[in-house]
Amino acid sequence: MTALSAQRLTKRFAGVSALREVSFELMAGEIHALCGENGAGKSTLIKLLSGAHPHGSYEGRFLVDGREARFRSIRDANAAGIAVIYQELSCIDEMTVAENLFLGREPTRLGVFVDRLAASRQAAAALARFGVELDPSTPMRALGVGQKQLVEIVKALMRDSRILILDEPTAALASHEVEVLLGILAELRTRGVSCIYISHRLEEVLRIADRITVLRDGATVCTLTRTQADETSVVRHMVGRDLGDLYIRAGRMPGEVLLSVEDLAVAADDGAERLSGISFELRAGEVLGIGGLMGAGRTELLSHLYGAWGRRVRGRVALCGRAVAAPTPRESLRRGLALVTEDRRRLGLVLNESVGFNLSLSSLAALSHAGIVNSSEESACNQRWFDSLQVRATGLGARVGRLSGGNQQKVVLGKALMTRPRVVMLDEPTRGIDVGARLEIYGLVNRLTAEGCAVLLVSSELPELIGLSDRILMLRNGRIGGVFERGAATAEALLHAALGS
Amino acid sequence: MSRLRSGSAADLLVLLAVWGGLILLFGELSSGFFGAATLGSVANRIPALLLAATGMTLLMVSGGIDLSVGSVVGFCGAAVGVVMADWGWGLAAAIAASVLLGTLLGGVNGVVAVKLRLPSFIVTLGMLEVARGLAFLATHSQTKYIGAAVEGVGTPIAGLVVSPAFLCALMVVAAGQMLLSYTVLGRQLVAVGANIEAATISGIPVDRPRIWAHALLGGLTGLAAVFNCSRLGSADPNAGVGFELSVIAAVVVGGTSLLGGRGSVAKSFLGVLIVATLEAGLVQMGASEPIKRVITGIVIVVAVLADSWRRKT
Repeated sequence: MTALSAQRLTKRFAGVSALREVSFELMAGEIHALCGENGAGKSTLIKLLSGAHPHGSYEGRFLVDGREARFRSIRDANAAGIAVIYQELSCIDEMTVAENLFLGREPTRLGVFVDRLAASRQAAAALARFGVELDPSTPMRALGVGQKQLVEIVKALMRDSRILILDEPTAALASHEVEVLLGILAELRTRGVSCIYISHRLEEVLRIADRITVLRDGATVCTLTRTQADETSVVRHMVGRDLGDLYIRAGRMPGEVLLSVEDLAVAADDGAERLSGISFELRAGEVLGIGGLMGAGRTELLSHLYGAWGRRVRGRVALCGRAVAAPTPRESLRRGLALVTEDRRRLGLVLNESVGFNLSLSSLAALSHAGIVNSSEESACNQRWFDSLQVRATGLGARVGRLSGGNQQKVVLGKALMTRPRVVMLDEPTRGIDVGARLEIYGLVNRLTAEGCAVLLVSSELPELIGLSDRILMLRNGRIGGVFERGAATAEALLHAALGS
Repeated sequence: MSRLRSGSAADLLVLLAVWGGLILLFGELSSGFFGAATLGSVANRIPALLLAATGMTLLMVSGGIDLSVGSVVGFCGAAVGVVMADWGWGLAAAIAASVLLGTLLGGVNGVVAVKLRLPSFIVTLGMLEVARGLAFLATHSQTKYIGAAVEGVGTPIAGLVVSPAFLCALMVVAAGQMLLSYTVLGRQLVAVGANIEAATISGIPVDRPRIWAHALLGGLTGLAAVFNCSRLGSADPNAGVGFELSVIAAVVVGGTSLLGGRGSVAKSFLGVLIVATLEAGLVQMGASEPIKRVITGIVIVVAVLADSWRRKT
């Protein structure tokens, strides 16, 4: 019996397709894994199935239990029996396990007072039924991530959810917690509950999933049964495309070392060490690619070098031959290190302001005298970058928030490059932008290195990483998972280094 | 360049039209509205409001707010009273003292809020109490009579219709708009107020401009306190109660966002005219103080609502 059937689902964001005619079937009592690289469309698909992207915002349709679903909200999807267990948990730390389980539908007396006794009793029964050994009166904050995850799953099951969607459920779990989780999923299968299971850990996927659907570039590539699939074949389908001539990397002529990092270890605000043992050298004229899965520490590495994240525990960093201890972004820019962030809308741009305002934002000191901005010099300089980057907008006065993703990205790039950096760090520079703008950004990378700059490139797209980089450093859990010279870097090798298999 | 977008001129026209409409409305409703008494009271009230509104606009653009301006008017006015009435200082020295004390209190607001990462709303709420208490301490809770020495500031210059205070306030408004539009500090205030994370990543110093905005507002409030004394010829430790609300109302009516990142001193200027005209007109019509407050409150909310609607369409 088919629990859920997706038919030719297409979803566009500002003209860019995130999903293209995706179809797949989820049977009752089946664990169906979705695999794909970052950005392949898995998250978009889940959001669509769970009502986070409401009916009408996408094309195609999907059926739940044979009836077409037209969810306007996540609530609608919950009512239809679909529950998503998110990577970021949605539980309230201040409450107890029982209170979280009944959040939003507390048993009451006289319709007003929460019946704590009944809640506690029913919670205990539910936890026992699914084999979770927890006291319902435990405060949520006392639990580890894995236990919280289990509470979330029990919560979903208590709402009679028949389709569970698990997005990277084991990303934060210790191995014994993974075992508990997989055990529960297997148990649910026998009760006829269906699961859509998303994980980067292929070993898990191959153990638990009945079938595997591979997504790539927003489209379904194939659906494999467990007997057909092995790690190599899944990886091949995930990557499987020719690099073509899209990425043309001009010949390299490495110059002097501009950035050197030696045995770097960095802790997050909570004290946990998120990066360690990172060493590399970056020379003038070189592109060093940095790859890895989501959460491997790529963005953290760039942010730390720039002075925007983390506390250094060990290690030395030198920029243009001079040691750098704990810089601020302001100092980094002054020393010739620029960062183009991954999250351009939140960290890169002042969206309400004009293109010109944003372009010159990092260069105001150079464009002013005695604190007064030299307007003519500023607009001349802005115009030069506007033209050379071929920003498509009505002019420097256009509001940045109204531009397309590609043009916004060019403005962020222009802002960084106007400071005349020696080392440029690009974090996912082509995320969410169209092919034309992509090619222009590739051209720009080549131009920068030809002019003697060094580029540190983070990208989740393996073909892009392979095509543009002279050398690739793969990160895994905050450590170096492998280093590959140009030529030796194949998609399979990189993915294996990222997954640690 | 960036702050003179096409929408900007339209906003100014809308505000001018509202102001004109209010004048016509009150002229129609009350015969004495165009009389010397009403005009005098409006003209008298405006300079202090303009000074504080200019500073408040810059601060709110950076994402901050200052609730203590009323109390700082009280304290700085008290200081003016003490130095002029008790110590016999001249006017110039008293102005300098008042501006300096205001800058100091504003600077304290700024440093505490920014360096200790507290919301400026809370910090200045504290200062509201502290400065009022200091005003009573400084004057031993007595009103200080200063007399003619300070009244000249608010008296119209012979041959001109306006007072020195009014002229000074106009210059401050012009300077404030220039600061916002043409200086590095102005850019930094906008960037920090609109998106402090992006500003940090862009290499903008995010603490300094915010502290400056607090201190600048403090200094302007100190000057406003002198103007306030000149109206009465005396220094009352109770002076300025509720002043912060009139100032914030004027700035908000002028379209400056409470969330930061968007604002214009020129529009706050019109906001001051609107608020002052409304208050004076209601008084002229014989509206009681409670009625006046009810209407003013409604007008503020409606103004912000209208602004947000205009922005959506």
